[in-house]
Amino acid sequence: MSGELKKEQILKIIQEKGQAPENLLAILLTIQEASGRNYINKDWAKIVALELELPLTKVYDILTFHAMFSIEPRGKYVLEICHSAPCRVSKSEQVVQMFTEELGIKMGETTKDNLFTLQYTSCVGACDLGPVVKIGEKVYGHLNRAKVAEIIKTYREGAPCLK
Amino acid sequence: MSKIMPLISANFDKISPTSVKDYVNAGGYSGLRKALKMTAPEIIEEVKKAKLRGRGGAGYPVGSKWQHLLEIKNFPKYIVCNADEGEPGTFKDKLLLGKDPLRVIEGMTIAGYVFNARHGYIYIRGEYAALLKVFQAAVDNAVKAGYLGENILGSDFSYQIHVMTGAGAYVCGENSTLLNSLEGKAGRPRVKPPHLAEVGLFGQPTLVNNVESFANIPTIVQIGGEKFLSYGTAESGGTKLVCLSGNVANPGTYEVPFGLTLRDLIFDEELGGGPSGEKKLKFFHLGGQSGACGFLPQLDTTYCYQALREKGLSVGSGAIVVMDESVCLIDYLKIVMEFFIHESCGKCTPCREGTKQIYALLDKFSQGTATEDDVLMLQRLSNLTAKASFCGLGQAAATALSSSLQNMRSEFEAHLKGQCPAGVCFTKRESGEK
Repeated sequence: MSGELKKEQILKIIQEKGQAPENLLAILLTIQEASGRNYINKDWAKIVALELELPLTKVYDILTFHAMFSIEPRGKYVLEICHSAPCRVSKSEQVVQMFTEELGIKMGETTKDNLFTLQYTSCVGACDLGPVVKIGEKVYGHLNRAKVAEIIKTYREGAPCLK
Repeated sequence: MSKIMPLISANFDKISPTSVKDYVNAGGYSGLRKALKMTAPEIIEEVKKAKLRGRGGAGYPVGSKWQHLLEIKNFPKYIVCNADEGEPGTFKDKLLLGKDPLRVIEGMTIAGYVFNARHGYIYIRGEYAALLKVFQAAVDNAVKAGYLGENILGSDFSYQIHVMTGAGAYVCGENSTLLNSLEGKAGRPRVKPPHLAEVGLFGQPTLVNNVESFANIPTIVQIGGEKFLSYGTAESGGTKLVCLSGNVANPGTYEVPFGLTLRDLIFDEELGGGPSGEKKLKFFHLGGQSGACGFLPQLDTTYCYQALREKGLSVGSGAIVVMDESVCLIDYLKIVMEFFIHESCGKCTPCREGTKQIYALLDKFSQGTATEDDVLMLQRLSNLTAKASFCGLGQAAATALSSSLQNMRSEFEAHLKGQCPAGVCFTKRESGEK
């Protein structure tokens, strides 16, 4: 068993969500969250496939189809900057620049301490607050340089509970 | 008189969203109580009289959809609520799910009663993970209070609602794709026919409606279809949650009756409040990325299904994205096309490749290398993508482009001459030459 998750943890997640193909997305999202690195590796995918009696290729079909999954390790926090038209009109490109400058990484990259990954997302349904960044379940809007710096500082200090 | 009319948003921020007691005190569940004393055809008759159209985007008459499913005599039937709100510029289902989930639950429950279904499913997009928890809590509370589960309110009607998650795929908002995803399959659309009313979830007859459509059902049952219709126009019943965003002074979601004009929606102080900055309004994008762009001569069009359609526009999801003169139309259309390139599931060639080729052509305009032939080619490609694509995603991917070619050709022609009215294009090339 490789990586951060033990087989028992995966089995427990499957049990909680229900051992049926229709719970596949919920199971995979929960595993990804529990991984600490926002990804799902092949060993974990194999366990899911076996337990749900699905071919591994089918689990990979799902994992590589949906935007929220990653099969490569990402940072503890994935900073998803909305890339859809309403946020773009609200100058989200400037926010992209602020984040890349603050973190010293490009879009799609992860910081050396494995804390942050920067990536784009399609619309997260917060267009009235644009430009926005989504981190886990939280969405932060009306971004400017001060807010970007504050967000990074807060998450770096391990207290992700900005209002 | 206020232009805002809170019918389905009346409880927002006034009740504790998951509290059945609060919801009932605010008049909730009177629709279901009344429905349980009615027959299925009687309820559908009210929905028909209300002239409620699907609020997710397609605008199909809900009463006709329900009638069709009622006539199918194959059981079990399933009720599915499409809460995969992914249309950029749309953030209204989010409010219903988070601020008044019991209204949606009540609507789904009435639908369950009409079709004698035992199971309803709601598919909430993965990006709304926090709302999924709120909705689940509301379902649990409704079960505890006897509004869901066995023998609802002492009747012989038993019904459960299952809360399911998506994981980030715009195409799953397409109804047949959504059912595939609910079954644990990858989100690719199905061949139709058969219609989902015949062969839907798990191969059984299925009703799929949008969150806002379901949220309207309790009100329709409670006040009657005629009264509901009277809030809107003769053919577009009731109200609509519209979402204003982009370069607009007051972005947000507003519940308005059908019958206002686009000018009211964008400029009224109580609503959009006009452009947010110094620049003037240039164009607007209605109904989501899959909708048409509208321009200044269309501003006095009435906001209702019929009048908009006559002008080549649509209500769609209710999104209204406002662009001022700082936005280049070509640049905007490229953003729209980038979205569809990313969200195309790849199943059919016209959508998968058409969107890419359109983007490449648009890019020639912003690079200053386009010719007159490229305008014609854009027209051809947008027709082809619209007509030959497999599902609604590809069929609608070029709507914004074709409406722009039709109504603001001048912007394309200016780019042919090396001019960008907004001053956005060509700058990269110049700085690259330095």
